[in-house]
Formats: sequence, C-alpha cells, structure tokens
Amino acid sequence: MRHAQEVKKDFQGSFKAPEKFVFKMRKGLNEEVIREISFHKKEPEWMLEFRLKAFESFKSKPLTPWGANLNNINFDEICYYIQTSERSESNWQNVPEEIKNTFDRLGIPEAEKKYLGGVGAQYESEVVYHSLQKHLEEKGVIFTDMDTALQKHPELFKLYFGTVVPPHDNKFSALNSSVWSGGSFVYVPKGVRVELPLQAYFRINAESMGQFERTLIIADEGSFVHYVEGCTAPPNSADLLHNAVVEVIVKPGARVLYTTIQNWSKSVYNLVTKRSFVYRNGVMEWVDGNLGSQVTMKYPSIYLLEPGARGEILSLAFAGKGQHQDAGGKIIHAAPHTSSRIISKSTTQDGGRSSYRGWIEVVPEAYGVKSHVTCDALILDEKSRSDTYPTMDIKNSESSIEHEATVSRVSEDQIFYLRSRGIPESEALSLIVNGFFEPIIKELPMEYAVELNRLIGQEMEGSVG
Amino acid sequence: MALLEIKNLTVKAKDKSILNSLTLSIPSGGIHVIMGPNGSGKSTLCSVLMGHPDYEITEGSILFQNLDVASLKTEERAHKGIFLSFQNPKEIPGVSLSQVTRAAINSALKEKGLKSSVAPKEFIVNIKEKLKNHGLSEDFLRRPLNEQASGGEKKRIEMVQLAMLKPKLAILDEIDSGLDIDAMKLIAQSIKNAVTEHKTTFLIITHYQRLLQYIEADSVHIMVDGKIVKSGDISLAHELERDGYKNFIS
Repeated sequence: MRHAQEVKKDFQGSFKAPEKFVFKMRKGLNEEVIREISFHKKEPEWMLEFRLKAFESFKSKPLTPWGANLNNINFDEICYYIQTSERSESNWQNVPEEIKNTFDRLGIPEAEKKYLGGVGAQYESEVVYHSLQKHLEEKGVIFTDMDTALQKHPELFKLYFGTVVPPHDNKFSALNSSVWSGGSFVYVPKGVRVELPLQAYFRINAESMGQFERTLIIADEGSFVHYVEGCTAPPNSADLLHNAVVEVIVKPGARVLYTTIQNWSKSVYNLVTKRSFVYRNGVMEWVDGNLGSQVTMKYPSIYLLEPGARGEILSLAFAGKGQHQDAGGKIIHAAPHTSSRIISKSTTQDGGRSSYRGWIEVVPEAYGVKSHVTCDALILDEKSRSDTYPTMDIKNSESSIEHEATVSRVSEDQIFYLRSRGIPESEALSLIVNGFFEPIIKELPMEYAVELNRLIGQEMEGSVG
Repeated sequence: MALLEIKNLTVKAKDKSILNSLTLSIPSGGIHVIMGPNGSGKSTLCSVLMGHPDYEITEGSILFQNLDVASLKTEERAHKGIFLSFQNPKEIPGVSLSQVTRAAINSALKEKGLKSSVAPKEFIVNIKEKLKNHGLSEDFLRRPLNEQASGGEKKRIEMVQLAMLKPKLAILDEIDSGLDIDAMKLIAQSIKNAVTEHKTTFLIITHYQRLLQYIEADSVHIMVDGKIVKSGDISLAHELERDGYKNFIS
C-alpha cells in the first residue's frame, strides 16, 4: 500500500504545458484533411479508402436522438490532427522534454518501473513513447501504437481492424474511422500470459483538440492480458473532443481484462465505442471508471459468440457540476451456455446527471444463458439527477436473467454518525461514496484502487458548502 | 467545575417541543445515569449534545469544560472529547470499522495540528486487541460497518470505537438494549476500563437498571417529559425498580 501512496502524482493532470508541435492540421474536417492525414502517415491505399468511406458514413448519420446533448459540438472548430514529436520513442530520454515532464507529473515512468509490463503514452494525436518488457517481446507479444502496427504487422492488422466495430456502426465510430490516429495495438500469442498490466496513457494538451485513437487487442487462444488506459486533459476554455474506438477479440479460452480510469477535464466530450467478440470459453471483463469529462457516452459491449463464453462489465460513474455521464454496458448472448454480469454504480452531486443505459440480448438459439445486472445510483443532493434505461431483449425463454436496480440518497444519519466520530462532513461523504464504489474498486489491482480512491476524494473536495 | 453543564435547555424538532428547560450538571469523572420512560426525550438529549441537525435549540446552553459547545459542529464536539454511542448504530455500506476508526483518529490528530497520521501497524495491533477484549472476531475490522451484525455486536463495535478514541465524555444511548448477559458483562468491563485507564466520564442513558448491577453509578437522574425531575444516588434506581415511574409522572 505504502509505496503507491508515496509517489507524488498529479492524478488530476490539471496543469497545462505550452503548445508545441511538429505538424498541426488546420481546423475543420473535409475530404482534403483526411487525405492529408493519411498522406502524412504514409498509409497504404486501402486505409485511405477506409477513411473516406467512413467519412461519408459520418456525414450521413444524424446525432443520436437519445443520450446526452451533443448539439454544442462544433465540428468545424476542432483540430483533428496534431503531431508533437517526430517518432514514438522507447526511451523516455528521447521524448521531447515538455512532454516527458507532463508524463513525469502524471507518474507514468514511475509506475512503469514498479508494476507495468509495458507502457504506451499518447500526446495529442500520436503515441510519443512505447515500451514492452523484453521477455514479453521474446514470447511474441506485440504492444505498439496502431500506426506502427499498420506498417509493421500489416496482415494481422488488416485481418481484425474494423471487424468488431464497423465504421458505419454509429456516427462517432464513423468519425473516428475517418480521422483515427494513435492508440494501442496488442497481440498476445497462444497460451501466453502477460502477468503485469500493459498501460496506455492518453493526454490532450492543446485547445480545441480532437483525439481519435483506436485500440485493437487480439488475445489468442488461452492467453491472458490486462490492459489499462488512463486519460487526462488540462482544464480548457474551449471544448475538447475525445472520440475513440476500441476493439477486442478474445479467442477460445483467452481472458482479457480492460480497465479504464478516465479523468478528463470538464471541457471534454468523451464519445467512445468499445466492443469485444468472445469465443468458446473466453472471458472478457470491462472495468470502466468514468470520472471527469463534460459529457461521456460510453457503453462497453460484449458479444458472446460461442458456448462457454463469459462477459463482465463493471461500470463506475461520477457526475458533478455541469457533467452528464451516460454510461452502462451491452451484452449480446449469441450462443448457448454463455453467462454475463453487469455491475453499474453511479453517484451524482452538485447538479450532475448520470444515466445507466444497459442492453441485454439473448438470441433464440441461446439456451442455458445466465445474466445478472445490478445497477445502483447514489444521489448526493437534491439538485442532482440519476436515470436508468435498462433494455432486455430475451428471445429464449429458458434463460436466467436477473436485474436489480437501486437508487439511494446519502442519509443524514449516516453522515451524523461519522461526524460524531470527529470526521469532517466532506470526508464523511467521501468515505460513504468510496464505500458505495467498493464492490468495483476491490476488483482493481491495488495501485489502480489507490488512484481511483484518490480521484474520488478529489472530486468530493469542496462539494460541501 | 462540572464537565458538562446543561442549563434550561429547550429543544424542538419540526415545531414539536421535545426538551423543556432541561438542567443537568455532570462532574468530571465517574459514571452517571439518566433513566426515564419511553418518549421522555432521552435519545433526543443524546442527539442534541452531539449536534444532530434535526434539532433546534430555542433556549438554554450546553457547556462542556466551560466552553459553549451548542454552536460547534458535530465533528468539533468530537474533537473536544465528546463521544456518542448510538442506540441504533448506522450501517455504512462498503466502509469498514478500520476505515472509520482510522479516519476518526487522523481527524483528531489533524485537529491538534499534528501532521502525522496514526502508524498503520500500531493502529492494527491496537484495534485487534480492543476487538478481542469485546469478544469480537478480527473479521469485523474489514466488514462493512454494522452490516450483518447482531444488535449486541453493533453495541460492542460502538464500545471498540470508544476504546480507540478515548473520549473525555462518553454518552451511551441505551447501550444495554438487546444484550445478552455475556455481552452485558463485556460492556460493563469496557466501561470500567475506560474510567480507570483514560479517566473517561460516562453519561449512560437507559430504561433498565440491569446494567447497573455490573457497574457502580455515581449519580442517577430521572428524566420525564423532556426534563430532569429528580437527581440522586444509586438508591434512586432501586426505587424505580420497585415502584416504576408513577411517582415521577405528573
């Protein structure tokens, strides 16, 4: 416990570095911009076509009529691509100093030494640093940025890219597909277990920036990997857009644990499509921690495609002043004898709003399916709001589907009890909120549990007037 | 000088008057008992002394060590050395006894201007010993506070916190309800230990004189209709046991 606390980190990442870049695209989006990004990246022809086709799809799709309000996003004012260094380095010493300082303050190189198997760090549009422990490399594990993967592992890349989340899936998967840059590519060979987490860190620094990374994870038969992503941006006067696509393929008997600790500043629109395909006896777990951002719309989903596949989604959301967290999860039981669990926990305070949006589907042929959904909301004051939108589409009557939902308020008596022990009100609230999230936090490795507890504590600070 | 001096305390909640010009003086040291029938305002008095926000003091004063504490926040009263053992201790989902007690001790240290927090090892050794003394297993350290605990276990968990926090004044609100004989003896021993080891003064609120068979009360006060109607020594409790409250109810 102690060493993780002693590291002096700025988890909030609320500082801002001067803007420096080697290439910055003019703002706004059109076909020319897309062609230039692709040309700049020296991409193969098929990728340019992929991008242009996705752009047509983006233009043709309206904003969703449900979920958070996105009408204020001005797509013409966004800068879609900024390159800040010449290449992705594998030694921190070679990373431009200001960028290195940023990641130092966020505690990334420190964490890398202590408990990570590999690190990827993205600053604006491109990955600036990448590393993987040598013994993992020797076993055939690939952990690199997506652009490098496209150049160095073209066959593997092309086989899976865009197969789990097709560009036309929704307006924002289409936008990402047309301007994507950066993100992680992970391949774990058959039977290889990556014992230490691989961590990617995403940082937006520039004003009016859009970050559009893509992540593709392929866990081959019987393998295991824990992938962690963290995200921050400094407080900005202008809105920022984070629009990612994450695709995960879990082959038979493999297990992937994907943890997100998102702590975007309150100017970020965070619109992410995350989906995984899980094959026979495979296990997919999403742990999705949503703090920060102005608006988040994110529903990690799991397609259980073969018998014995299991999926789990743990979703945590914290909405404060001016924030709308529209989060949840989707599970599609497309094969018999598949099982799933969703635990969603959200708190709202100071006029914030959280929504749980869930989807459970069982196809007619899927016999012996088990699914359990729990969603709990804790509302901290009268001004705040929480909604639940669970949808169940169960076409096989022999499945066992359970759903529990609770909405509670922090009771004055609980607060009084803790205060009577000498614990100040804000700290008492913080304890109660941490306790509420505990079922999710206890599933995290210790270092991330500490970080999440700290972040929740910081969000609670100043919440009591 | 009295440790606690309550003068003409009048309190209402939602426009209903609950305490009516209550006056009570508790000296420093020893064990003092308030007895009274249901609905006499005993629990309200406990809550008011600790500063529960539901109650409004319309008249009177509460002096603790000569300091007017009525305007202090609940946590500030705790920092001054007042402790309340609840009649129905609250369940706090996902938060353990260990977390609460550690946070409480650290808050007190911070209040004293000390930057350091309690050493984890010392804390654990200490609280484990207290659990053992109160007949509780170490599991209670990590379990969510007061969840899935029996009535008697909850009361003992309150006493463990008291033993860790070493208050100057401990107010026990019906600590003896729902206890079996063994638990009653453990709690009585715990009270005696606090009196001798930490010079804690006790104000014990109860219906019955059962607990008084195991501890020696220095004074007994009878509360009816929101005020103290008679004060005396232990013989007052015996009188109540024999005759009931009828002599005190007007």
